[in-house]
Amino acid sequence: MHLRLEPRIDAPRWFTAVVTLGALAFALVLSGLIIWLVGGDPVKSFGHIVVAAFGSVGVISDTLVKATPLILTGLACSLAFRMRLWNIGAEGQFLLGAWGASAVVLAPILPAGTPAIVVIPAMMLAGAAAGGLWGFIPGVLRARLGVNEIITTLMLNYVALFWLEFWVFGPWSKGGFPETEPFPPEAWLPRLTDFAASFPLLGGLTVHLGLIFGIVVATIMWIALERTRWGYEIRLIGDSPRAARYAGIDINRKIIVVFVISGALAGLGGMSEVAGVVHGLQDRISPGYGFTAIIIAYLARFGPFRVILASILFGALILAGREIQPSGVPAMIQGIVLFALVGSDVLIRYRIRFDRRLATA
Amino acid sequence: MTSPAPVPALEARGIVKAFPGVLANDEVDFDLRRGEIHALLGENGAGKSTLVNVLAGLHRPDAGEIRLDGQPIVFGSPKDAIAAGLGMVHQHFTLVPSQTVTDNVLLGLSEPRFWLRPGRSEAEIGRLAARFGLRVDPRAKIWQLSVGEQQRVEILKLLYRGARILIMDEPTAVLAPHEIDELFRTLRSMTSDGRSVVFISHKLGEVMAIADRITVMRRGRVTAAGIEPAETSTTDLARRMVGRDVLELVERTPQPPGDVILAVRDVTADNDRGLPALRGVSLDVRAGEIVGIAAVAGNGQSELAEVITALRPCGGSVRIRGEEVANRATGHAIKHGVAHVPEDRTGVGSSPNLSLADNLIMKRYREPPIARGWFIDDTAARGLAQGLKDAHAIAAPSIDTEARLLSGGNLQRLIFAREIDSGPRLIVAVQPTRGLDVGAIESVHRILLERRAAGAAIVLISEELDEILSLSDRVDIMFEGRIAGSFPAETADIHEIGLLMTGGRPGGDDAVPTSATQAR
Amino acid sequence: MDPTTILAAGVASGTILLFAAIGEIFAERSGVLNLGVEGMMLIGAVAAFSIALTTGNPWLGVAAAMLAGGLLSLVHGVMTIHLRADQVVSGLALTFLGTGLARVLGEGLSSARDVAQLPHLTIPLVSGVPILGPIFFTDQSVLVYLGYALVPLAWLWIGRTRPGLHLRAVGEAPAAADAQGIGVYRTRYVYVFVGGLLAGLAGATITLAIYPGWFGDQTVNGRGWIAVGLVIFAQWSPLRAAFGAVLFGAIFRFVIDIQGVDVILGFENPFRAGHSATFFLDMLPYLMVILVVVIGSREAVRKRVGAPAALGRPYVRGERGA
Repeated sequence: MHLRLEPRIDAPRWFTAVVTLGALAFALVLSGLIIWLVGGDPVKSFGHIVVAAFGSVGVISDTLVKATPLILTGLACSLAFRMRLWNIGAEGQFLLGAWGASAVVLAPILPAGTPAIVVIPAMMLAGAAAGGLWGFIPGVLRARLGVNEIITTLMLNYVALFWLEFWVFGPWSKGGFPETEPFPPEAWLPRLTDFAASFPLLGGLTVHLGLIFGIVVATIMWIALERTRWGYEIRLIGDSPRAARYAGIDINRKIIVVFVISGALAGLGGMSEVAGVVHGLQDRISPGYGFTAIIIAYLARFGPFRVILASILFGALILAGREIQPSGVPAMIQGIVLFALVGSDVLIRYRIRFDRRLATA
Repeated sequence: MTSPAPVPALEARGIVKAFPGVLANDEVDFDLRRGEIHALLGENGAGKSTLVNVLAGLHRPDAGEIRLDGQPIVFGSPKDAIAAGLGMVHQHFTLVPSQTVTDNVLLGLSEPRFWLRPGRSEAEIGRLAARFGLRVDPRAKIWQLSVGEQQRVEILKLLYRGARILIMDEPTAVLAPHEIDELFRTLRSMTSDGRSVVFISHKLGEVMAIADRITVMRRGRVTAAGIEPAETSTTDLARRMVGRDVLELVERTPQPPGDVILAVRDVTADNDRGLPALRGVSLDVRAGEIVGIAAVAGNGQSELAEVITALRPCGGSVRIRGEEVANRATGHAIKHGVAHVPEDRTGVGSSPNLSLADNLIMKRYREPPIARGWFIDDTAARGLAQGLKDAHAIAAPSIDTEARLLSGGNLQRLIFAREIDSGPRLIVAVQPTRGLDVGAIESVHRILLERRAAGAAIVLISEELDEILSLSDRVDIMFEGRIAGSFPAETADIHEIGLLMTGGRPGGDDAVPTSATQAR
Repeated sequence: MDPTTILAAGVASGTILLFAAIGEIFAERSGVLNLGVEGMMLIGAVAAFSIALTTGNPWLGVAAAMLAGGLLSLVHGVMTIHLRADQVVSGLALTFLGTGLARVLGEGLSSARDVAQLPHLTIPLVSGVPILGPIFFTDQSVLVYLGYALVPLAWLWIGRTRPGLHLRAVGEAPAAADAQGIGVYRTRYVYVFVGGLLAGLAGATITLAIYPGWFGDQTVNGRGWIAVGLVIFAQWSPLRAAFGAVLFGAIFRFVIDIQGVDVILGFENPFRAGHSATFFLDMLPYLMVILVVVIGSREAVRKRVGAPAALGRPYVRGERGA
């Protein structure tokens, strides 16, 4: 008995969405099975996730807070992946962005007492610039020297981590602990709970401006990709680089530009995390947002608004997952989800036929 | 001619083979006598490749039976077929470019069993090659060989495995006339040895010249089974191939050429491997003139097309309407009104997963009305796409259909539609009719002639000499990166051209070859 | 901190990279890119450690590790070979999966360092050879000696045997191999599996030989990725991979050892342990990989050699365009 793949020609429009969701469901079931095999209680675990993430307004807010850095890094990865640039370095770009934004306050680049209206944009700029730089390096290596960007971005993740740790353990360390002085209030992104005085209902809700960044960026990205010449070129390069060259597009320049923007977005994510949540810099500032972002981008099939949805889902997983036993479960679920998505890709592109004859290799 | 042996060497009865959307072989019968050269004739898509793939064990037929020397046999894989003495030389060679001739011949064999002994194997293969008059160096790497030499390696592979029946798929497509003669001599020496040859072609003249018997296929069925050349004629064969009289009515009326649109001077360029592909090419093309570039694959013509359309860096000068375009960004070529119909339709000429609409705006998306500032005007884009689709009869469900779902002919229609829409002054068409059926070929020729009448300068690069001779006002021959000769259409002689294509000099002429334009 | 000790330790540490790199060379030579090396190494590491801990037999641990790595690699194999999934994404998924699974399975494993380890050997006679003896043949783990044997074996296999010829053909021109009756899918599965076995072995080498103990994700710490980079630098040759492995092993070792030194050339060592400057040292191996990959890429362009031509592309019979 043999497997044969035939290109699928006439799939209805909803097919991709259904298959993707099916893959997601399959992944969750499989994960539950593994949890059970290792002695855990899958129903309890999943139930816990749902309650802990969506059970009340307060926790929904927490979920959104966790989703915010995922949205930005997820968008960063989506953009790069659209052009088949494998930016695996969103994690490092995020960290660099966090560092850059912190430098504004801690170096300090701006003197203490500068009003928020200056500090916040400066931090945004610094975060994006630092992340952009971290994207520029692999971008230019790929564009000019044809160096495989998977390896370079990955290695730079480690370098970024050590860079951050140097500052956090060293010059900016507070009392020898791996964390810095907390930021002054001017460097805090506004949160819903800041308005509790006028709107008591908002008390305790830590959703911050970073979420708005994410939504705005997603909208701009969607418009850019679907409606502008620049976006058309990106889609063309992603589908067929040779056709793009033939159409007169300068691919190398695009590679660098897209990598820089991708890095900048991830860097912005880092900025939003330090300014919106942690209000300081720590060495464990990212539980792997940049890696989860890869899966989010894939799940969302690189569509900016779908990235937002997927980020909320994974934000829930990260939030509630901290309390799940065994502790490796959320990471494992991510792996299974990605595999399920990769497998579902096959179903979308091909029909699977079982042959009784031995016709093929 | 040998008298027919009682039992055919190979016999196929009732072969049926279907692929998604097409019935490639519809109850096909075929028989091959021992010691004969049997030609299988048909146009692209007739099902001849499918039939031989079934015979050679690559596909399992959905129905039907194959007999070898009278015994029914079933091939589970090409390996089974080769073990039974039946081997195939494909149109696209199955060689490993980075390995040597010897390595390639040894591939897949069971001897030497474990440890390779290069020296010994090389000597052995050298002897076998000499025995059949196949000139090739066993130690050479495949990528270093010419196409003709690579073909010899393919044949050697089969002979080394003791093949008694050889199937060759379009073997002459990549050869120049005198290489074809050499191939036919080799085939004859094999058949006089008792081996049998099946050879696929779509070239009527060749088939009449070399085959002992001919089978014609059309649309998956056999329209003439094993007839002898004496019983038929090229007209008759053509009719059996396409079901109607096919005499291409190409109306190329002579017209005085206009100004020089394209001026190429002393252009040098390397190929993708870094080896020189163009060694000083000069030619002119005028408005309202078609210049046909005749060359065997790999002599620089692809690189020439790329240099003209700014897809490849070069030394020397390329001027379009007086302006230098060499080494500038491709966008420049487009701005100068250059249309490029590339050789690779799916990889270069179109973007497979994007829609028809996205593919059709590829040349015009930078300017109004399609472009509006940074944005693409969706309505204008769709309007343009729909218009082109209708005007050029591109068969597809809608302009949102993905390009990869188009057939070869329709994809070429799309590419032409896009390229000539802006009324280009210069058209570079590379192998524009390769793999197309007769109807599509006719429409491509018609478009080229229309454009010529409208004053475009056209560079036609093709391996089909017939096509070049019927369409071109002037024929330039390229060999090893230079223009080896140039003839106005009226005085073009196919044998001279063939000779020049492979480096010979007609009549021992020692003059340095230049393009005919320079003699003006 | 003398050069001999560093190099000897470098050879030991490099063995980890060597196994992983050679495994990946085999897989890539057959045309399949497997980026899941990090995940497979982690699974191997945790399997080796826990089995050795429970049974007290380190060899069982090694076997378990290889099996685990091999099985995991087959998931990637099925995805990319039969289902024609994108090899890059599938490899990444494998990394996530392996990492996550390893975390789950490693839950509660104490980082006990007194797990039964594999024996160390000193080869008589040869260990007396000046310079080379103390580095290569003195008090090294058996796995290191296994590594020495693996390099020439791999090189011979690939370049001088019939199976090696077939392997190369499958990776360079699968259509040609297929036409000669060589099972392209079968070959790829075999070598992807071999890659998994060796990656698992690499993981076992960490926890049972070179850095005994289980330290969660830190156990492998990016070495799987370094191995992938090493393959590019090695231009897919086992000999060059060996050179690169020793080089990186030495760098890792150097980074650790220099933190123990108080004074360098009369100046206070800024990189001694406890100082934040040590983080710059930590960066060193990863920056080196970037350098090495850049060198490898440029060389490939210059010499017009490079990756197996069919690397990264699923094989579909008949796609040549007959």
